Amino acid sequence: MLKLIKSPLRTLAVAATIVSASALSIVSAQADDKPTYKLAWTIYVGWMPWDYGAASGIVDKWADKYDINIEVVQVNDYIESINQYTAGGFDATVMTNMDALTIPAASGVDSTALIVGDFSNGNDGVVLKGDKALADIKGEKVNLVELSVSHYLLARALESVDLKERDIKVENTSDADLVAAFTTKDVTAVTTWNPLLSEIVAMPDTNMVFDSSKIPGEIIDLLVVNTDTLKQDPKLGKALTGAWYEIMATMSGDDEAAMKARAFMAEASGTDLAGYDAQLASTKMFYQPQDAVDFTNSATLKSTMAKVAEFSHHHGLLGEGAPDASFIGIETPSGVYGDSSNVKLRFTAEYMDMAAEGKL
Amino acid sequence: MTRIINKKPSRFVRLMLGLLPFLLLIALYMAASQTRLADNPNDKLLPAMSSFVEAINRMAFEPSKRSGEYLMLADTVASLTRLALGVGISALVALMVGVANGMVPFVRAPLSPLVTAISLIPPMAILPILFIVFGLGELSKVMLIIIGICPIMIRDLQLRTDALPNEQILKAQTLGASSWQTIIAVVIPQILPKLIEAVRLTLGSAWLFLIAAEAIAATEGLGYRIFLIRRYLAMDVILPYVLWISVLAFVMDWLLRKLSVHAFSWYHKTQGDA
Repeated sequence: MLKLIKSPLRTLAVAATIVSASALSIVSAQADDKPTYKLAWTIYVGWMPWDYGAASGIVDKWADKYDINIEVVQVNDYIESINQYTAGGFDATVMTNMDALTIPAASGVDSTALIVGDFSNGNDGVVLKGDKALADIKGEKVNLVELSVSHYLLARALESVDLKERDIKVENTSDADLVAAFTTKDVTAVTTWNPLLSEIVAMPDTNMVFDSSKIPGEIIDLLVVNTDTLKQDPKLGKALTGAWYEIMATMSGDDEAAMKARAFMAEASGTDLAGYDAQLASTKMFYQPQDAVDFTNSATLKSTMAKVAEFSHHHGLLGEGAPDASFIGIETPSGVYGDSSNVKLRFTAEYMDMAAEGKL
Repeated sequence: MTRIINKKPSRFVRLMLGLLPFLLLIALYMAASQTRLADNPNDKLLPAMSSFVEAINRMAFEPSKRSGEYLMLADTVASLTRLALGVGISALVALMVGVANGMVPFVRAPLSPLVTAISLIPPMAILPILFIVFGLGELSKVMLIIIGICPIMIRDLQLRTDALPNEQILKAQTLGASSWQTIIAVVIPQILPKLIEAVRLTLGSAWLFLIAAEAIAATEGLGYRIFLIRRYLAMDVILPYVLWISVLAFVMDWLLRKLSVHAFSWYHKTQGDA
């Protein structure tokens, strides 16, 4: 009888020892572990450097310097990556200025635009079939990803020829299917971004009638970090900014290292070096931190964000609790747009300035 | 000795026990939502019940600021029209081809392998081809539903036709019925309730294809709305829409069942469920 009890007891004791030992080892591993932060990126010309930074070890190097861990994660769906960030799954994510306002900020997640990486300077465009001008768009059906920066670009394009959104018809079309859709007969007008845009423009009998170079500096690509996380641990901001400008320095120019870096990014985004360089040509990259600092500090940024906020409110993107476009405060170095007691999106040149002065 | 397997709950207890998991889920949701909202009152991921009421009120009973339409009504009408067209055409084609395949060897020989092959193609995989062939309009959305469910319905009805007792077919022939008369008078009436069953079973897939088609290119529809506002995480609209789709799907299934029981009570008697 005793024997019968004994052996299960012994098993139990052994099991308990194993469990507590492994629990202890997990605890001790966490105790001397550095804090880990997660950065999400998606495929876009201005965001490919993060992939290169992670693969080449530049991100790890800067993370080590500031004694933290940075995990760089690729997310296949752009909006999904922002939603994940908004839900708290990531500490930092790449996105445009409009999405930063309408998704995390409108959801009450206080976000800081840590790095202003570039702005679209022809990367987004309105394309019509046939030999037409922008004004001919009146009455057409335009296929685009609704409520995206394409939609914003279209609204700005229409404004430039005194048309309103009600003069056209917007049809929501998934970006994954836009190129195939453009080959069909009933699609006559699209608004989209690169690399889809270059695919479409390359087709015969197409005419790009408006592009983002006509509204320079309005579609901005950012690295957005959760403000609370950044406040708690400014080292995250320093490490990310330091890594970014080292990648920028590596990839700009024409030396072999720069070519290699860009070829890596080209391959990761599904094109070749020539294709990627063509996309870079229609992107105003801020290779020098000082350029980004000047851009962020200028008063134009505030008026751009005011336009974006008005567009977003007009399309219901700020949420139903929003009585007007200035419901969400946007802080820029040149002043706050909107409600200063409800600031949810902050532009700061602080960290980029440190990079410019070589203090990182 | 009383055993648990012999104990039956009363009608009332059964109802309560059936409701219990739903109530638990709602309570769980509300607790999680409250925790998140206490953290961040603007959180959009798990909105409070009051936000749902507000969102439903806004989508269903207030005209849209932009188009003046009642959005939920417009979306529902658009989606149900597509679904009805897709499922209706599929059912009609399935009835004709399925019965012909089952009854006429000279039709079955060329058609049956083709139908089987088509039914094996995942419709979502050939979407770009569908666009180019049928355009981006209503036609391609309806076609996606048809390509998705019609071959399966045909195969089902072919098997059901094939399984009819041969004695019946022979008897009709010895009584002098032509092929046509045999099909119209003997086969079709027995296949109709099975067609309704096939429709009920494929409705789930039909909804899936409908939502997928609307997610890709549309200006209105239940799936369109969900995928559009997913861009800014408006769960206060998405969750009621999902619930509404489930209600619509349930009502359709229930109506089909009632129709079948009403019109083919003889069939349901043999199934023991009328």
